[in-house]
Amino acid sequence: MATTTTAEPTRRDFLYVATGAVAAVGAAAAAWPFIDQMNPSSAVLALASIEVDLTPIQVGQSVTFVFRGHPLFVRRRSPKEIEMARAVSVSDLPDPVARNDNLPADAPATDANREIKSEWYVSSGVCTHLGCTPTASTPQIPQGEFGGWLCHCHGSQYDTAGRIRKGPAPRNLQIPVYSFVSPTRIKVG
Amino acid sequence: MSGPSTYVPQTGLTRWLDTRLPLVRFAHDTMLSFPTPRNLNFWYAFGAILTFCLGVQIVTGIVLAMHYTPSALVGSIPDSNLAFDSVESIMRDVNYGWLLRYVHANGASMFFLAVYIHMFRGLYYGSYKAPREVLWILGVIIYVLMVLTAFMGYSLVWGNMSFWAVTVITNLFSSLDQVIPHLGSAIATWLWGGFAVGDATLNRFFSLHYLMPFVIAGVVGLHIWALHVPGNNNPLGIDVKGPQDTVPFHPYYTVKDGFYVALFAILFAALVFYAPDLVGDPNNFIPANPVVTPADIVPEWYLRPFYAMLRSIPQQLAGVLVLAGALLTLVFIPWLDSSRVRSNRFRPVMKVFFWVFVADCILLGYCGSEGVDAAWHLGGIELSLVWVARIATAYYYIYFWVLMPLIGLIERPLPLPDSIAKSVLGASAAPAE
Repeated sequence: MATTTTAEPTRRDFLYVATGAVAAVGAAAAAWPFIDQMNPSSAVLALASIEVDLTPIQVGQSVTFVFRGHPLFVRRRSPKEIEMARAVSVSDLPDPVARNDNLPADAPATDANREIKSEWYVSSGVCTHLGCTPTASTPQIPQGEFGGWLCHCHGSQYDTAGRIRKGPAPRNLQIPVYSFVSPTRIKVG
Repeated sequence: MSGPSTYVPQTGLTRWLDTRLPLVRFAHDTMLSFPTPRNLNFWYAFGAILTFCLGVQIVTGIVLAMHYTPSALVGSIPDSNLAFDSVESIMRDVNYGWLLRYVHANGASMFFLAVYIHMFRGLYYGSYKAPREVLWILGVIIYVLMVLTAFMGYSLVWGNMSFWAVTVITNLFSSLDQVIPHLGSAIATWLWGGFAVGDATLNRFFSLHYLMPFVIAGVVGLHIWALHVPGNNNPLGIDVKGPQDTVPFHPYYTVKDGFYVALFAILFAALVFYAPDLVGDPNNFIPANPVVTPADIVPEWYLRPFYAMLRSIPQQLAGVLVLAGALLTLVFIPWLDSSRVRSNRFRPVMKVFFWVFVADCILLGYCGSEGVDAAWHLGGIELSLVWVARIATAYYYIYFWVLMPLIGLIERPLPLPDSIAKSVLGASAAPAE
């Protein structure tokens, strides 16, 4: 059977392309529910904020809470720890950004930008490398060289303001939105 | 090499079936009369051994799924979970549950032991070289599917090492945030079905862990198909020149493979009955705890070489790329090897580097097993294992991307035998073996 070739698109060409386009859109539309069902459900998204009572936490103590399924660090810093965090210049930090959800995204990672009250350090307990929970230093058992936290999975070291100082982690520990509802109580989230 | 079919239906029923669906002919041609080089050695038994492993995993897995609960919700005791409880129930209450689970858990290790030997064998004898490139790539795909399946299966125990293994590995995707902000985190959240690894993650991993072995079985079918078009490579790496070089698959290799499968099963049984927790991690006797990471987090032994590569790179995204690149490299091997000779038996230079490569992979595995701060003390000099892993990772890449193309060009191979038959039977045509 001979085929006629013309420069002009025919009605058949149009129908062919249109049918294909409808099929492609239909396939994409049908695929989306199967992809999106993997995302967090409404019940997960509705996870409430938490309140933390600070009174039992002693000076120098770091306590881990659970917030949205992840560990949350609350540390009552000693004057020495605050001093250690302030002694370092921002230009020497691997990640110079505060990573504080309470501040603008480009705030520098000074110690003042990492806490609302300098005595109380609050951040996510998720190592920014691959999500392990770092171990907190205590005066008796230091973890890493910077007095803060050491992640045993891959050796990332954080200082007393939760800033990455050494190891593979790319960012400082993330600080979630929180506020003091009373001098001894914070609301996170 | 498949050649014309030699099957002749013997009964009325098989003659009737043969003209409608030649299923018996297919089985006869692929499993009985298939012409196979007469010089295949022990290392060629691992195809059959791997088929055996896949069968064991599927059968034990289907049975275990009848007793397992894929739920991270709180279990019968505080800080426990239903998944962990159901695994304990399999171990203690279900009739022969301990045996089925130990066979399945150790079966994964035996499966990887066999697949690594199979892969090194293919590398040594040049089984990836033309015309077997597709066969090799299908093998790489099977290996990657095996890694995914094993990873998801390991998560199902929902012990503390399982939980943190899932957390760390799924977080590898978050490194993509460094390319496009929030892309990696969005993928991680999508994989988890939440803001952290949890109940939704466990359920989907269970579903996929059940599915994947059947996908593997499908690709194995393609792998065998791709094997049967050019036919087996052999330890000499030379082509089959005629019927004198081959023997029918049955009874010669059904018996030989069967013998080695039996030996492998003895080793398997020794592991299951005498050291069932040898390769397991003690942290998996503790239920998953989302706020306490085990002090030393390590994957199962068969993934440690890749884990060592990941850990040795200080930059997150670079580490992930090195890890992914190590797997992707395997796909290109057929085109990286410039040698005209397949078998390392006739490649005096490459053979040395091959064995160094084997040692290198074992060294990487060792580095991946040790803590992050581990070091060697060699006569007063402290050599950090991170640096050992870096050098070993470099050799892994150099072996494939530099040595393989280069040595093929400069090496003078040993003279190849005229034919498989002459090599096996000798000049005097003495009886084989």
